[in-house]
Amino acid sequence: MTRFLDLTLSGISTGAIYAAVALALVLIWRATRIVNFAQGAMLMITTFIASAVINAGASYVVGFIVALLSGLVFGAVVERVLIRPVEGAPPLNAVIVTLGLYTLLVAVAGMIWGNQPRAFPAAFSLRGYTVGGTTLLFSPNDTFIVVVVLVVAALLALLFRKTSLGLQMRAAAFTPEIARLLGTRVGRMFTLGWALAAVAGAVAGVLVAPSVFLGPNDFDPILISGFVAAVLGGLDSPPGAVVGGIVLGLALSYVSGYEGSSLAPLAALVILVVVLMIRPGGLFSAARERRV
Amino acid sequence: MRPGRRLRGAWDVTLVRSLLVIVVLGLILYVLSGAITQYRNTQLATGAYYFAVLAGLTVLAGLGGKISLGQGALMAVGAYTVALLVGNEHWPLAAALAAAVLVSLIIGIPIGAAASRLHGPYLAGVTLALAVGLPALADKFPATFGGENGLVINPPTPPSWLGGNFSLERWEAWICCAGALIVLFVLYNLVHSGLGRSLRAVRDDSIAASLCGVREGRTQTLAFVISAGCAGLGGGLLTVVDQLAQPGAFPLQLSLSLLVGVVIGGLGSLTGAVWGAALLVFLPNWTNDLARSVSLSTKVAFNLPLAIYGVVLIAAMLLWPTGIQGGLWSLAGLARRRLPPGALGRFRPDAHPDQR
Repeated sequence: MTRFLDLTLSGISTGAIYAAVALALVLIWRATRIVNFAQGAMLMITTFIASAVINAGASYVVGFIVALLSGLVFGAVVERVLIRPVEGAPPLNAVIVTLGLYTLLVAVAGMIWGNQPRAFPAAFSLRGYTVGGTTLLFSPNDTFIVVVVLVVAALLALLFRKTSLGLQMRAAAFTPEIARLLGTRVGRMFTLGWALAAVAGAVAGVLVAPSVFLGPNDFDPILISGFVAAVLGGLDSPPGAVVGGIVLGLALSYVSGYEGSSLAPLAALVILVVVLMIRPGGLFSAARERRV
Repeated sequence: MRPGRRLRGAWDVTLVRSLLVIVVLGLILYVLSGAITQYRNTQLATGAYYFAVLAGLTVLAGLGGKISLGQGALMAVGAYTVALLVGNEHWPLAAALAAAVLVSLIIGIPIGAAASRLHGPYLAGVTLALAVGLPALADKFPATFGGENGLVINPPTPPSWLGGNFSLERWEAWICCAGALIVLFVLYNLVHSGLGRSLRAVRDDSIAASLCGVREGRTQTLAFVISAGCAGLGGGLLTVVDQLAQPGAFPLQLSLSLLVGVVIGGLGSLTGAVWGAALLVFLPNWTNDLARSVSLSTKVAFNLPLAIYGVVLIAAMLLWPTGIQGGLWSLAGLARRRLPPGALGRFRPDAHPDQR
């Protein structure tokens, strides 16, 4: 029973990380209909920047904020410089551009910071809580991770549901032409979508870095899981991303815990296939009419 | 038809045309493999099996409009089939390669059935999970698949009638080129058949196509299964060249670079698959040589090839949105008259050869 509880708790904490990456992917998908394969590399860069700031003597909080701000700028620049030219092109072209960006960023990180993974400080203690003599697999830092991701998700929900800016972003994503006619700066909304996505990614990077270490290629598995989580939840739905992330985190935690970690990638495949066979657009997809 | 145009008429028959192309290409490859070094022959063999995989993928992605990030996993299926049959059961190589195609076709059926229901990123997600998940099986059953170390087979021996000093590399190049030519022959005929037209119809407008009686799900499943068979053959040929099937040979990066090869080569065009295969063979060598030619600190030199690769991908897509083949077509001024099927298809359906 303790084992089940442990696996559940650690599943929720890794699931929260997946959810944050999935949120980043969903934001970009909603804005520009592109799956950003460079997301993992982008959040790797922002985490390296945070690491450099913290190593220079600044506090953790300052490092975190610098990561978020650099994510904001980075996402906007990437959209304006690299993605804008391929937005009207065949969809696979944008995929190749993001793959190229991923490769380039991994190489640049290796050039600047080296390929040896390095430690990254955690915000709070990594020692599990002790309840009635047994130590749980859930630490104060895990609490921090879950709370931060939930706060980010809630802020995004507020932005999209309650503000005029969020409404404009939704309109720009939904019908760009009509939104433009009504005075929305559609291109600017796309840039903002990418910038916000990079911020969500930067959050995930700083949160996950203490447990996976920080190196040019160490965030690749996070991106894959985040993508699977986003597809699971439905790429158009931010709540779907959060639920997909948590579901995937729990499922992979149980499979790794009871059957061994080598089966985890296969389990992800099986879950994805089963869910998509029942709902081809993900868990939170809206039914869509088909027109000639 | 006027009598003087009988030759033109024969050329218009797809089967005749494809046979002629295959014979000519076979002769060129025969001469080429004799004229180049052993190292270049290995590169030729590598390019040939990449072509087999890319050709299948370009039909799926260009004509079928479906994206697959899982071709590397299907290559692994073919590779392990050959390794098991040749290494443990001592099958002749040709039979093992045929079995590799068969097994990957069969594995492709359920995946294809799932794929035909999914679109864009959802299909990308499933095939991505396939690319990551399937090679993990080798770790789960080390007794059968040899775990991380994989399975080793003996190199194929050139038949004695080719002479004593016929090099192994040249023989491998022959085997792989034969495989690539078979794939080219099958796919060329397929693209110009009813199935090819059905695929394009479903891609351009699935509802209109199904109203015309095209079985949407079945057509797309078939496209996926065919591309799976090509990937299986490519993987089997990879085992012939490497004499080794191991999970490390089929990382996610392989599947991704296959997609890169198809798109940069020119989506939907079999000639584009040739450019793509050449790119996959030569680009890594070229970036390595370039990085080595300048003296830099280790950290920079180690990562420079990767950086160049990334820049090439981005630049290619910004400069040549239709890939190398699409770029060549428009350079030759032929784009108006005759587009390669699917190169620009989705966005210029009026320019399809079918609809001339």
